Amino acid sequence: MRNPEQILGIIFQLTQLLLVVLAAPLLTGWVGQCQAWLQNRSGAGLLQPYRVLNKLFHKDAVIADNASWLFRITPYIVFGCMWLAAAIIPIIAVDLPFSRAADVIALVGVFALARMFIALAAMDIGTSFGSMGARREMLVSFLAEPALLMVLFTASLISQSTQLTHIVETFAHHRFILYPSLAFAGIAFVMILLAENARIPVDNPSTHLELTMIHEAMILEYSARHLALIEWASSLKLFAYLSVGIALFLPHGMIEVGNWAGLPLAMGLLCGKMLLAGAGLALLEASMAKMRIFRAPEFLGTAFLLGVLGLLIHFLLGA
Amino acid sequence: MDAFSILPIDVVCTVILLWIAQGLLGLALQRAPQVICRVIFPLSACISLLLAATGLSALGGVANIAVLPLGLPDLPIHLRLDALSSFFLILLGGASFGISLFSAGYFKKTRGRVLGLLCLEYHLFLASMALVLLADDAYLFMVAWETMALSSYFLVTTDHAIPEIRRAGFLYLLIAHVGAVAILLSFGVMQAGHGIGAYTFGAMREVTLTGFWSSVAFLLALAGFGAKAGLLPMHVWLPEAHPAAPSPVSALMSGVMLKMAIYGLLRVTFDLLGTQLWWWGVLALGLGLITAVFGVMFAAVQGDMKRLLAYSSIENIGLLMVGIGLTLIFHVYGKHTLAALALTATLYHSLNHAFFKSLLFIGTGSILHATGERNMGQLGGLIHPMPWVSVLMLVGVLAISGLPPLNGFVSEWLLLQAFLLSPGLPNSYVNMLVPVAAAGIALAAALSAYVMVKFYGVIFLGQRRENAHKVAHDADYWERAGLLWLAAGCVLLGLAPVFVIQQIDAVSQMLLGAHLGNASANWMFLAPVDTHRASYGPLYFLLAVLGVMLLTVLLVRRLYHGRSKRGPAWDCGYPLQTARMQDSAEGFGQPIRRIFEPFFKIENEVPTPFDTEPKYHGISEDKLWYLLYLPLKALTEKLSGWVSLLQHGRIHLYLAYTFVTLIVLLVFV
Repeated sequence: MRNPEQILGIIFQLTQLLLVVLAAPLLTGWVGQCQAWLQNRSGAGLLQPYRVLNKLFHKDAVIADNASWLFRITPYIVFGCMWLAAAIIPIIAVDLPFSRAADVIALVGVFALARMFIALAAMDIGTSFGSMGARREMLVSFLAEPALLMVLFTASLISQSTQLTHIVETFAHHRFILYPSLAFAGIAFVMILLAENARIPVDNPSTHLELTMIHEAMILEYSARHLALIEWASSLKLFAYLSVGIALFLPHGMIEVGNWAGLPLAMGLLCGKMLLAGAGLALLEASMAKMRIFRAPEFLGTAFLLGVLGLLIHFLLGA
Repeated sequence: MDAFSILPIDVVCTVILLWIAQGLLGLALQRAPQVICRVIFPLSACISLLLAATGLSALGGVANIAVLPLGLPDLPIHLRLDALSSFFLILLGGASFGISLFSAGYFKKTRGRVLGLLCLEYHLFLASMALVLLADDAYLFMVAWETMALSSYFLVTTDHAIPEIRRAGFLYLLIAHVGAVAILLSFGVMQAGHGIGAYTFGAMREVTLTGFWSSVAFLLALAGFGAKAGLLPMHVWLPEAHPAAPSPVSALMSGVMLKMAIYGLLRVTFDLLGTQLWWWGVLALGLGLITAVFGVMFAAVQGDMKRLLAYSSIENIGLLMVGIGLTLIFHVYGKHTLAALALTATLYHSLNHAFFKSLLFIGTGSILHATGERNMGQLGGLIHPMPWVSVLMLVGVLAISGLPPLNGFVSEWLLLQAFLLSPGLPNSYVNMLVPVAAAGIALAAALSAYVMVKFYGVIFLGQRRENAHKVAHDADYWERAGLLWLAAGCVLLGLAPVFVIQQIDAVSQMLLGAHLGNASANWMFLAPVDTHRASYGPLYFLLAVLGVMLLTVLLVRRLYHGRSKRGPAWDCGYPLQTARMQDSAEGFGQPIRRIFEPFFKIENEVPTPFDTEPKYHGISEDKLWYLLYLPLKALTEKLSGWVSLLQHGRIHLYLAYTFVTLIVLLVFV
């Protein structure tokens, strides 16, 4: 039954699966390094996330006394979801075999699934910080998630498909046409990316300041391999979000499955785009201050409205 | 056809009779509670299963019609089993199977006449819902509808010694009857003065009404069925009545009875009324959207777990209304495949909601039995003593949050697809409304995840807030069976959407003359229109997530180690942690209350720092109660005050009234 094309597709899919999981911490390292440079520090180097992960995996896990099974399986679920999400977004080749099983709405669903579990796990121990983190995370997400959907809908309406593969193909073929709706969507997407990846100005991944932390408050009780998996999942999430951004706004240069000749170029382009996106992210973060938690809904509300506006413009102008 | 073959409609009639018989038997056997719990409720569950199977077998077939010479002289009752009723019979049977199994365990502590009456009313309730679905004339429909309202009223007021419960029951009864009057008037409009013979649905289908009268009939039906479903602004009874009822009854009311209203609206709008107008769709869409966002917003600030679920039901009814509105818009503009898509999403969501909401409601019943507490702020940490309930409720919580690969996601996905395929409607105003509505749906869906994290997190996770709950026990075997059935339903409906949609296609074909089909021709992938436009493969999805997870576990164990030890919680180094320092239900809802402040009527009482006996309390109430209901009540009282001027209780005065009336009539007529 299986023809060579399908086997090739599976090979490409598995390669991407492997590639993203190995490369994701590198991206985090790159963002950190850029930030260090922007702050006139020498920085810890690109490989720092790998060192941290290795250290964490070697340690013995300490689990709180009243932790339940939910607390223990959550790191694996979160890691699995994020890995899957990063693996189904076209980054090098389009039309990967798994992309049919999950379109953009399902992609948002995967992110939501992971978030739900991590919020529940945060409440599992029953500490004040845990439930505070869960509450804030859900607060951020209940505005960020529909905003993300709006952005993806705008892209879906333009390309007449909710499949990322088709969205990428549509945009890649229309060379440098600026869709006014996509311009709004683009701004909204950057804001969501900052919020969903626990970045400044919504959250700060590098502090444990009680009053401001969101993501870190949720994972306070995790240690060793569980913490490593969650950190790795965060890297994967950032990678996945940047991949979505690239797929929506800079999809040029992706190849079809089986196009070996174009592979080196596509890889090179991906690296270039990721480096650029990572540096841009660092620059954005360096230029902003962390905002109060109750300003976050305003920030995300703006993102949501921009997303809706993009959608509305598409409905009105058809572009 | 063979004269002795049994038609599905015969089976359904038998089911109804059996249920009534069981109810009466229960009343007769009220001194033997063991029999009621161990025999009658499980038997009733088996009958539910039979009903669901019958509905499934009748779904694709031709409509069965029966005319029985019962009821008033010369007014026989008409029964009809078509695709729409079959679908809702599946819903009724499927959900009530789990609920009846659960009831077998739940009511085991109830004794005596209370149990006997409960058994009677419970089965009458079930039977009347089946009869509503079967009715093919206005007379029988109204009788069944009223039986449904009354039996559920008595079920709600099971604990009638408590004044709040009596009040909740009264409110429910009042709004149910206002709704029933509207429905009756709607039928009156539809029979269009054709006399007593036109009271059957068959005759109403033949009548062609003008646009104005069609609209009147639709608006009355929307008001009537909306009152039953909890559509804004007639939702106020729902958060009062659902928590007041025993949990299996709440499950039946929320999971099943609200769908009867959806059924009625679909029946009137698409079957009985020959023509539809586009603005009906816009109205339903708008009302649905407001209801959905309102429901979920209020769910987020509730402290009582059953009230929270009741508000969440309001949200889901809103989503269903949005689906109906979208179907109407597409249908009127001749986009038949899209209309079928929106209707499929609506019906699918009805079925899903029946399963997950019933699951969550009966789950609260188990918690209530284990702890005697409905206030979430007193619970916590129940995942340890109640492993069964916590795992199965987690399934329900994930499903209702619309997360893949469970069932809630499928219907949400279908609904969003319907929005995404909608550009190109001829009316530009409607075209503009559609994306805004899509945004509202997305917001409601995301907020419901917030609500469910709060619901599950505060009840099951964390530390126990009261020491008394250390003795909390898990659900018994019957309760587990009921929970397990409904949870399995959530999973299966999520994993096999293609099969479900094939069944729903019969309903779409009947109501809209178009159906959805599956473009991918592969049962693993759901692709409603075209595989290039959208597809979703839940089974692949589940396998991939599980596969990746397993791989991770294996790799971590293989390359590193699995060592772990237990210790006290770290919590950033703060040493003094008590259970009271966790978020309470109100605390978890506080951000929502703050963001949506204008929509709530908030009463906060915060003591000064020098108060030696500080008391905190915060109430968030529904503004509509004050803006609409209380003025309405005041107006009614004023009007009845004027009427009472005529009443003096003296016989000669009344005789004088009669005399004056007679004279006036003689003069003028």
